[in-house]
Amino acid sequence: MNRAPLPPNPDPVLNQPITPELVRKHGLLPEEYELVRRHLGGEPTLTELGIFSVMWSEHCSYKNTRPLLKGFPTEKVGATEAFGRVLVKAGEENAGIIDIGDGWAIAFKIESHNHPSAVEPFEGAATGVGGIIRDIFTMGARPVLLTNSLRFGELDSPATKRLLRGVVAGISHYGNCVGVPTVGGDVYFDRSYEGNPLVNALCLGTLRHDQIRRGKATGLGNPVYYVGAATGRDGLGGAAFASKELSAESASDRPAVQKGDPFMEKLLIEACLEMMAVPGLVVGIQDMGAAGLTCSTCETASRGGSGIEIELDRVPQREEGMNSYEIMLSESQERMLVIVQKGREREIEEVFAKWDLHAAHVGTVTDTGRMLVRQHGVVVADIPASALTDDAPVYQRESRRPAYLDETSRWTPEGSGLADLDLAGAAAALPRLLSHPTIASKRWIYRQYDHMVQHGTVVLPGSDAGVVRLRLGSAEKFIAISNDCNGRYCYLNPRRGATIAMVECLRNLVCAGATPLAMTDNLNFGNPYKPEAFYQLKECVAGLAEACRFFDVPVVGGNVSLYNESPEGAIDPTPTVSVVGFIEEEAHITRQFAREAGERLVLLGGAPSELGGSQFLGLIHGMKTGDAPGVDLGAEGRLQGFLLGQIRVGRVRAAHDLSEGGLMVALSEMLFGPERLGAAVDLSGLPAPRLDALLFGESQGRVLVSVSPAELPAFIAAAGAARVPADDIGRVSAADALTVKTALGPLEWSVPGLRTAWDTSIERAMKRPGLG
Amino acid sequence: MKIAVLQFPGSNCDLDAFHLFATGLGLPTRFVWHKETRLGEADLVVVPGGFSYGDYLRCGAIARFSPVMGAVRDHAEKGGVILGICNGFQILCEAGLLPGALIRNSSLEFRCVTCDLAVEDAGPAFNTRSLGRRIRLPIAHGEGNYRIDAAGRESLETNHQVLLRYVDNPNGSQGSIAGVRNEEGNVFGMMPHPDRAFERFHPSRDGIAVARAVLSLRFPEILKMSA
Repeated sequence: MNRAPLPPNPDPVLNQPITPELVRKHGLLPEEYELVRRHLGGEPTLTELGIFSVMWSEHCSYKNTRPLLKGFPTEKVGATEAFGRVLVKAGEENAGIIDIGDGWAIAFKIESHNHPSAVEPFEGAATGVGGIIRDIFTMGARPVLLTNSLRFGELDSPATKRLLRGVVAGISHYGNCVGVPTVGGDVYFDRSYEGNPLVNALCLGTLRHDQIRRGKATGLGNPVYYVGAATGRDGLGGAAFASKELSAESASDRPAVQKGDPFMEKLLIEACLEMMAVPGLVVGIQDMGAAGLTCSTCETASRGGSGIEIELDRVPQREEGMNSYEIMLSESQERMLVIVQKGREREIEEVFAKWDLHAAHVGTVTDTGRMLVRQHGVVVADIPASALTDDAPVYQRESRRPAYLDETSRWTPEGSGLADLDLAGAAAALPRLLSHPTIASKRWIYRQYDHMVQHGTVVLPGSDAGVVRLRLGSAEKFIAISNDCNGRYCYLNPRRGATIAMVECLRNLVCAGATPLAMTDNLNFGNPYKPEAFYQLKECVAGLAEACRFFDVPVVGGNVSLYNESPEGAIDPTPTVSVVGFIEEEAHITRQFAREAGERLVLLGGAPSELGGSQFLGLIHGMKTGDAPGVDLGAEGRLQGFLLGQIRVGRVRAAHDLSEGGLMVALSEMLFGPERLGAAVDLSGLPAPRLDALLFGESQGRVLVSVSPAELPAFIAAAGAARVPADDIGRVSAADALTVKTALGPLEWSVPGLRTAWDTSIERAMKRPGLG
Repeated sequence: MKIAVLQFPGSNCDLDAFHLFATGLGLPTRFVWHKETRLGEADLVVVPGGFSYGDYLRCGAIARFSPVMGAVRDHAEKGGVILGICNGFQILCEAGLLPGALIRNSSLEFRCVTCDLAVEDAGPAFNTRSLGRRIRLPIAHGEGNYRIDAAGRESLETNHQVLLRYVDNPNGSQGSIAGVRNEEGNVFGMMPHPDRAFERFHPSRDGIAVARAVLSLRFPEILKMSA
C-alpha cells in the first residue's frame, strides 16, 4: 500500500504542512488522521487530506450508520419471475432497481438536502432535486416522477415563511424546468424543525432490464470522460458541511451551498440517455454529487476493482486558477463521469456536441487499485481507491434511552386529569385542526409544482397517494407512491413511531388500490455522537426493519442525514419513508373523495381510542406527550389485505386513511373532493370512553371507506369473514352539512366553512400584500 | 395530415405534444430538431412547451434565433398552420409571429392548475361551433401574463383574434386572454395545455377538440371524425 512521498507542489498553498488544526478543520478525528497516514504510508498532501475528509464524512461513508443499515431487508421474499425481484440492491449503486414485469423496471431513491436548504432555501432545495434526478438517470432510467418530504417550524414565524417560500420556489424552479412532474409529498410543521428544516427529495425512473447501468470503472485503458457543466468553486466541501450541526456561523458557509442549473440538467438527461442507448458504448457512469469528482472517481474504481488516473488540466473549469484541492472537492452541479469503451471516443463526443455540452477526456482506467490525480504535470493525490470507500472507518456509537421518555410514555389523559371535550369544544376543535398547516390543504405548495408534465399523472397531489401511468414502449402500467413520517410519534416512541411511518405509508397505497412493492427511506436525525440521538436512530431503524420484513417490502436505497440540530436542539427523529406500489388494473385506482350522495360510510379497524402524540393534544392542549399509538401488525395486515381485495372486486367507491387529526379530519377530507357533498353519521353506538379520543385520536390501522348502499351488506359480511372490524357509521348526503351524533348529543358543521378553513389556511399565512 | 413537433434544448412537453397528435388523434407525427433548417413535409407545426434554453433571459427570447425558426417563418408566410403551446406561445410572440408578450404571473409564482376557459369566435376554425362555449385545460407556467399595448389590444378584439379567455384569471393576463391567433388566422398560440387533456384519466379531453379545431383550418372534415 505504501507509496513514495509525493513531489513538492509548486503551489505553496497546496504544499503547506498538515497541522492538527488543519486536520480538525477537515472534520477528521486524530485517530482517523492516523488511519489516513497508515493507508498512504506517510503524510497526505493537502489535496489528499481534503479527499479523505469528504469521503469519510457521514454523508459519503455512513460511518456511524452502516452497521445499523445492515438490518434492513434488501430482497423481496415473495418476488416472482414476473414481478418484484430486486435487480439492483440498496447500497450497491446510486439507486436500487426493482422489476415491474415484462422486462421493465423502476429505479427510485430519496435523498436529503437539509443543511443547504436551512442556509439558502431556494438553491438548497433546487439542487436537492437536481442531485436525486442524477442518481436515477445515471442508472440508465428516464426520470418520470418526483416527490418530496418537507418539515418546517410552525408557520407563524417570518423565518419559517421565508424558508417555506424559498424551498417551494427552489423545487418548483428545478423540477418544472427539467420537466419531471412533482406528483406528491408530505409536509409537517412543528417547532422541533425550527431553524433546521428537512428537505428530502425523491425521484423515480423507468428502464428496461437491459438498460441498467453501473457506476463501475472497468477495462484497462478505457477512457474516462467528464460531461456536463464546468467546475467552479461552488459547493466546496458540501458533504463535509452536511455532516456538522448548524450554528449561527452556518450562514457564512454559503460557498458550501451549490447553485443549480435545471436547463443544464435537462440537456444532461437527454444526452446521457441518448449515449447509453448506443449498444456497448458506455462501460460505467456515475454522477458527481456529494464530493464531486473525488467521489465519482474513487467509487467507480473501487466498484470496478480497478484504478483510475485523471488529469485535472483537462477538466472544464469556469473559474481561473483553481487548484487541485478546489477542483477535487467542488460540488458544482450537473456533472457526470463516464467510462467509455476504448476506441469509441468519437461516438460519445458526437452525442454531446449535438447537445452543446462538454465531453472532456480527463483520464484512463488502470489496474493499480489507486486513484491518481495530476495537475500541471505534478501528482497531487495517489490513494488506494478502497481506502476511501470500503475501508472508511465504521463506528458503533454509544446509545442511551433519553430520560424524557420515562415521563412521556407514562402519560395518560386520565392520569394527568385532562378534561374531555364537551360538544362546544368538539365543534370548535375541528376547524382549528383542519386549518393547522400540517393537516390543511397543501394546494398553495403543489400548485407551484408542475405535477402534470409528461402527461401521465392520474391522481393529482392532494389524495392519499400519487398515481402515475407509466408509458413503457407500447404498453402501460400504473404505480402509486406515498411518503410518510410523523416525527412526533418517533419522538415519543422511536421504534413504534418508525413502524407507524411504514404501515401508514402502506395503508395510503392500499387506499389508492396499490400493492406495496418496495421502499426507500431518508433517516433524518440529530448528532449521532450524542447517545440519546443515537438511541433514537437505532430504535427507528429497528422499527422500520420490522415492518419491512412483516410486509415483505424491501428497502432498495436511501439516505442518512445526521446532525440535524440547531441551537434550539435536535429535530424530532424523522425516518421518512416512501413506498412505491403497483396497481394491477386502472379500474382499481381509488381516491380519498366521496363520490355521490347516498354512499354508506364504513369505518374499518374499530373506534379510535388513543390520544398520545396526537395533533389534537398538541394544538388544543399544547402538549407533545403520551405514548405513540399502538400498532398491531397482524391486524394491519388483515385490514390492508381486505381493503385491497374489496377495491379489486369493485366494492369501494372511496377510501381514506385516518392519520393526523383522526376520524373527524378524515371524514371532513373525504368531503373536500370535486363534488359538493355533506355527510350524516352516528357515532353514538361506538365504544368510546372519551369523546376527544374518538373524534380526534390517532389510533392506527383505521380507514374510512364509502360504498354504495347496494354493496354494503356484502362488504360488511366480507369484513367479518376477514376478521376486520367494520362499522357502518352513516351516509354521504347532498346537503352541505356534516352532522355527527355522539353519546353526548349532536354536532353540526357547515362543510363549505370547514373546506375554507382547510383549503385556504397556508395560502392566508403566505399571502403577500398587493399580489393577485 | 402530417404533424411536426419542434424540439429545442429545454423543450419538455415535446413528448406530450407528440402523443396528443400521434396517440390522441392517431396522426403521423415526428420531431424536428432545432438545428434543422428545413421542416420537411408538415401540415401543422407544433411549438411545444418547456423552458427553451432554460428561459433564463426572457421566455422564448433565445429560441427565436434557433436555425429552425427561419423555416417556421417561411411556413407561416406560406399560410402553413402553426400551434404554439405554453413556451411555444412565448416563442411565437418573441419571434413576432403572434402579437403581444408574456410576462411574469401577477402572483410571482408558478401555477399548475386546471382552468375553465371561455371559447371565443375567432374565425372559421377556432370557434364555439368547433369547441363549444366552455372548455377545461390545465395550465403550468410562471410567465403567462399576457400583455399588449392599447392599439394592439383593440385590433386583436376587432379582428376576433382572441381564441380563449380564462374564466377565473390565474396570472393577471390583460382581458383574461389565454390564447390568440395572428391576423391571417394560421398561427395559433395559447398558454393552456391541450397536450395534457387527451387521455381518459386527464382532467378533460378537450385537448383533442382544440387540436382538431386548429387542424380544421385546412382539413374541415376532421371535425366530423369520431373521437
